[in-house]
Amino acid sequence: MTSPRRGNPARSGSTALLGAAGLAGLLLVMELAPRLGLVDERYLPPASRIAAALAEEAGTPAFWTALTDTLIAWSAGLAIAVGAAVLAGIVIGSIPVLRSLTASTIEFLRPIPSVALIPLAVLMYGTDLGSTLLLVCYAAFWQVLVQVLYGVADVDPVAFETARSFRFSAWGRIRHVLWPTALPYVFTGVRLAASVALVLAITAELVIGSPGLGKEIAVAQASEAVPTMYALIVVTGVLGVIINLLARTGERRLLAWHQSVRGEVTA
Amino acid sequence: MLEVKGLRKVYRSGNREVEALRDLTFTVDNGELVCLVGPSGCGKTTLLRCVSGLLDPTAGDVRVDGKPVDGPPPGMAVVFQEYGRSLFPWMSVRDNVELPLKQKGVGRARRRQLVEQSLDAVGLTGTASAYPWQLSGGMQQRVAIARAVAYEPQTLLMDEPFAAVDAQTRADLEDLVRELWKRLGVTILFVTHDIDESVYLGQRVVMLSTSPTVVQEELAIDLPDQRDQLTTRADPRFIQLRTRVYEQIQAAKRNAVH
Repeated sequence: MTSPRRGNPARSGSTALLGAAGLAGLLLVMELAPRLGLVDERYLPPASRIAAALAEEAGTPAFWTALTDTLIAWSAGLAIAVGAAVLAGIVIGSIPVLRSLTASTIEFLRPIPSVALIPLAVLMYGTDLGSTLLLVCYAAFWQVLVQVLYGVADVDPVAFETARSFRFSAWGRIRHVLWPTALPYVFTGVRLAASVALVLAITAELVIGSPGLGKEIAVAQASEAVPTMYALIVVTGVLGVIINLLARTGERRLLAWHQSVRGEVTA
Repeated sequence: MLEVKGLRKVYRSGNREVEALRDLTFTVDNGELVCLVGPSGCGKTTLLRCVSGLLDPTAGDVRVDGKPVDGPPPGMAVVFQEYGRSLFPWMSVRDNVELPLKQKGVGRARRRQLVEQSLDAVGLTGTASAYPWQLSGGMQQRVAIARAVAYEPQTLLMDEPFAAVDAQTRADLEDLVRELWKRLGVTILFVTHDIDESVYLGQRVVMLSTSPTVVQEELAIDLPDQRDQLTTRADPRFIQLRTRVYEQIQAAKRNAVH
């Protein structure tokens, strides 16, 4: 069984090389543009100065505290949202009446941008972690809930009747039929929610001033430490990349049986 | 004993009514192998779902050993036509066969024994750790049969189980069903649209009309008990019986047109 996904090694090697070359090109442009006077150095310092600022930041405890705060807000918010959305999704999805009853409400609440809740968050929690959590949870919850609902609706009637004919308990049907069917959808939801949660965590810190990288960015900007500000922005970007990579790896590991991962095997 | 009495099923959607089953009455004795055959679209699957307790009939009743069926009864296993969808792709063959036993509350040691025995019985020794989708269609249906056999049912319902496998595999699986039936002494109700298959497999063939369905005729299959794909199918008596069934099915279709 050969998987088309793996491709040939020479080719994936050259893709990686091209990717690295692209990144190097970007850094070069960012280095040269301010030095040649194409852009104002006050707004975009050369890449080497950003790198130096990053190294300097990494030496201060305040940076690590901020990073930890952001990661805590992100992970706690995401965990609460995922837990609540999975539970709600399974309950709503498996009871048709509830599904119809909530469909329009969900469609109304879901598109509300989380940032619109910033005033509410400030009212409720001030500049604490709670504000960030509220926004992160709200944004992440819908991403996951909608996917869980799709997943539950995707349960194969034949698989479900098989479980019924073998007299599976209600919990057995959820645990062994519904949950595995919904799992690939849950993963998609979590992957989307993880990125959105990071965006909201940084936004909340930046706008509300709750502790974390976002707040540090705002502070750096206010004190005109432009290279430091860029260094922190780079850190948030790297976080985003790492989160996405982790989510994809986890997905591939846990869903080896799923069509989208295993590659199609002709029956 | 499996008794179906005056079974009627009407599907309602909005104000439209479709009468799938009109009035079905037949019985299957303990340890008997009965084939249900009918023209396509005659409600065979509806009937089977009513018998297995997956669907509530509009009128009439189904009894297993005198007890009315409301919901899937204990001691009954179903083999579905769509093996690819009936097996769980997220589980290995072993786990697929074992899960119903876990749900039934069978102890670990006994479970292991049943899984091994039933996989051996369907000729799948050594595939326990494979996933269903790594196997061919015929092998997947064998897994589904092993799962049903491991459950140790008194009654086995089979819903056109071989409709989606190739002709050679189908012949092998037919012989497997006969062999398992004789060895385990289970009652089998086998639904098919294949006339030859019904005559080759059954001790008795119940022929259904087109929808709205009634029992067209019942025919005892007086072929020797030891059946063989070559000699049985060439037996003049086999040809007489299949002709008889074929005529009845054709008659059912003609009646439907008028």
